[in-house]
Amino acid sequence: MKYGYFIKILLAFFLAFAPTQAFAKTIKWSMQGDSLTLDPHAQNEGPTTQVSRQVYEALVTRGLDMKIGPQLATEWRTQGPNTWIFKLREDVKFSDGTPFTSEDVVFSILRAKQRTSDFKEYISTVSGVKAVNDYTVEITTSKPNPILLNQLSNIFIMSKKWSEKNFAVMAQNWDAGQETFSATNAMGTGPFKITLREPNTKTVFKRNKKWWGTMKDDKVTEIHLLPIKNAATRVAALLSGEIDVVTDAPVQDLARIKNSPAHKVESTAQMRTIFLGMDQGADKLRTGNTGDNPFKKKAVRQALYQAIDIEAIKKKVMRGLSEPAGIITFPGVNGYTEELDKRLPYDVAAAKKLLADAGYPNGFEVELRCPNDRYVNDEAICTAVVGMLGKIGVKVNLFAQTKSKHFKELKDNQGDFYMLGWGVPTLDSHYVFHYLYESGASWNRVNFSNSDVDAAIRVMEGEVNLDKRNAAIAKAWKIVKDDISYLPLHHQVISWAAKKDVNVPIRPNNEPLFRFASFD
Amino acid sequence: MDNKALTTLDKIKDSEIYFSFIKSPTAIVSSILLAIIFFCSFFVEFITPYNPFDPSSLSLMDAFTPPSWTSEGKVEFLLGTDGQGRDMLSTILYGSRISLIVGFSAILFSLILGVGLGLTAGFFGGKYEMIVMRLTDVQLTVPSILMALLVDGIARGIISRELHDEMAIYVLIFAIGISEWPQFARVSRAATLVEKNKDYVSASTIIGVSNFIVMFKHILPNIMRPVLVIGTIGLALAIIAEATLSFLGVGIPPTTPSLGTLIRLGNDFLFSGEWWITFFPAIFLVVLAFSINLLGDWMRDTLNPKLKK
Repeated sequence: MKYGYFIKILLAFFLAFAPTQAFAKTIKWSMQGDSLTLDPHAQNEGPTTQVSRQVYEALVTRGLDMKIGPQLATEWRTQGPNTWIFKLREDVKFSDGTPFTSEDVVFSILRAKQRTSDFKEYISTVSGVKAVNDYTVEITTSKPNPILLNQLSNIFIMSKKWSEKNFAVMAQNWDAGQETFSATNAMGTGPFKITLREPNTKTVFKRNKKWWGTMKDDKVTEIHLLPIKNAATRVAALLSGEIDVVTDAPVQDLARIKNSPAHKVESTAQMRTIFLGMDQGADKLRTGNTGDNPFKKKAVRQALYQAIDIEAIKKKVMRGLSEPAGIITFPGVNGYTEELDKRLPYDVAAAKKLLADAGYPNGFEVELRCPNDRYVNDEAICTAVVGMLGKIGVKVNLFAQTKSKHFKELKDNQGDFYMLGWGVPTLDSHYVFHYLYESGASWNRVNFSNSDVDAAIRVMEGEVNLDKRNAAIAKAWKIVKDDISYLPLHHQVISWAAKKDVNVPIRPNNEPLFRFASFD
Repeated sequence: MDNKALTTLDKIKDSEIYFSFIKSPTAIVSSILLAIIFFCSFFVEFITPYNPFDPSSLSLMDAFTPPSWTSEGKVEFLLGTDGQGRDMLSTILYGSRISLIVGFSAILFSLILGVGLGLTAGFFGGKYEMIVMRLTDVQLTVPSILMALLVDGIARGIISRELHDEMAIYVLIFAIGISEWPQFARVSRAATLVEKNKDYVSASTIIGVSNFIVMFKHILPNIMRPVLVIGTIGLALAIIAEATLSFLGVGIPPTTPSLGTLIRLGNDFLFSGEWWITFFPAIFLVVLAFSINLLGDWMRDTLNPKLKK
């Protein structure tokens, strides 16, 4: 009798859980770093957006083909040059059950415009946003904005009610190290909700049953994000079956993964350019030894440029998986041309001469700041650069650290010489100029300032005549390229590795969309 | 034999230890190995033409050259090169010098601290002895690698970043040394307890020799045997502790790599077929630690009369 009950209970458990267990499948996702914060407006950084993208949605979004399409807005039209009307999807609920309305859109856009938001530059031309009715939103811009849709595709929509309830009305002040509810919790309209968040260890995404869309494969019910910093450990975890998909497979291990019969590798040119910045604004280098700032002289910047053997980096550090770059933007972005992307030749003798002519025959000393868990082989690239610059007498001290500290200290203006990578989510050159070249821009840490470039940026923002606008872009590129304000290195090529039966479509912005994931 | 003609060398040859040494093949082999390693590590400048710590002398195009006996190897890089084009052999020798310096200094530090505390505790007894011995008990409950990590973490907090790389080696010596001293304290206290009741100690105390002289001139030489044995074995442990800490990334910075740092850096290339980057430093570390251990074992057997056949 005793055993009879036991068996019945067991059977009941089995019947209750067996079907879902057989049906449910988890994708274990790994990359070297984690999202910096779950607050969707606090940090404009790749992995952070990758995580937010699974949970939050925007008015419009890029699909697998990278073209802008509807998401929370079903249709839109312009009314005059400065006004846009968005019709919202009516069957959307947040994952906590609250219906989604235009109030949430107004709230979120205003939230993303706050001082503490890292997305305010995206929508700096948005001057007003108001709810016309429950499902219609009107956005006004201060001047005609031809790339508003591109920009809005990166502004995630939060629930007004949820944010008010949880004291998250302001975007988290990430730069100041603020901790908020929204930084460790996420609640959006997207296909997944986050049920467990342990930063840098594990994040669990569960299917949002209230999501309005349809999954490509209903078997995908859970995503676990398990960041593994060490490249070899990450590959070992993939090969042993502990991890299903790695979105930054180390270049040195691709051959090994391809050899495994149970795994596959996909590579694509990524929308990201890696470069080095040199502070030209400071009067004296913080880490220098000459008492002045050699980077103020163009000849010095050019010497450093020509001393870098980018082909050697491509061959040895990147194992062929990179495209040497001449400007900080890549094919496919409006304004890119092959002519601009040509590099100055690698020439150590010329570099030495330039340095001597500029008044530094014995070189100088400077610290190079690098992230060690952000870009493909970032620290190895920096180490290689240290050796190459050593050959022309510039003694570079490498300081590599984790990306959260690297970015924070960079934003605090602490770097003389640093590595950064730049993607262009809007696929328009304006984004690059607006963040990296405009006087006083948030990521313009080289302190570049040129009134002609600033004027060209104004044209890019307000000019609806495409020919005139493109002429402004071309002119601005020419100025900054000739000035050598940054040292471009290469366009990154990314590789994703996964189990053979797990399909997560690779995207050139390195953002997985798990709603399109499927099992064979 | 004529006693007057006995030179120091003859005295050594005539001694018990020398006899035991030449009768023990393991002791001979391990000390030869150690002698080679020590010589190569400390005179590396004269042995290899490369200085792996000078980044401007490296060429990235030499990176990932396999060992010279493989088909793609180059003669000038006997054990191949790492991902930055550094010659593996010279990097390992430079690295082992750092490992040896850290190991020796750490063990010397804990020996001085441990023997000092253990000897005085055994000699004076009373509350002082109790406090010292409970302190060792407390410290023995904390695994030594955790202790070292803790010290390193605190040091990282209080030393500015600019100084940290330069200070790293001292921090490491302190961290390892502080985690090993209880062994020495216990052994020397136990030995002191035995010695202090012997007649020669009583005799010196009676004629008014100061406690300090009694302890360090009379007792210390008599307790040095067991201390030297655990010191030798502790040296191997200290070298491995250094490698562990550097492998975890809290030890010696990668710009001047020690053996542990080298193994960590090479670990990234294990899957990609560049096995030599991590294999040779690892083998070198094993040979080094193993030789020291063998020598320590031999020393224990020889110096311990109870184990004599």
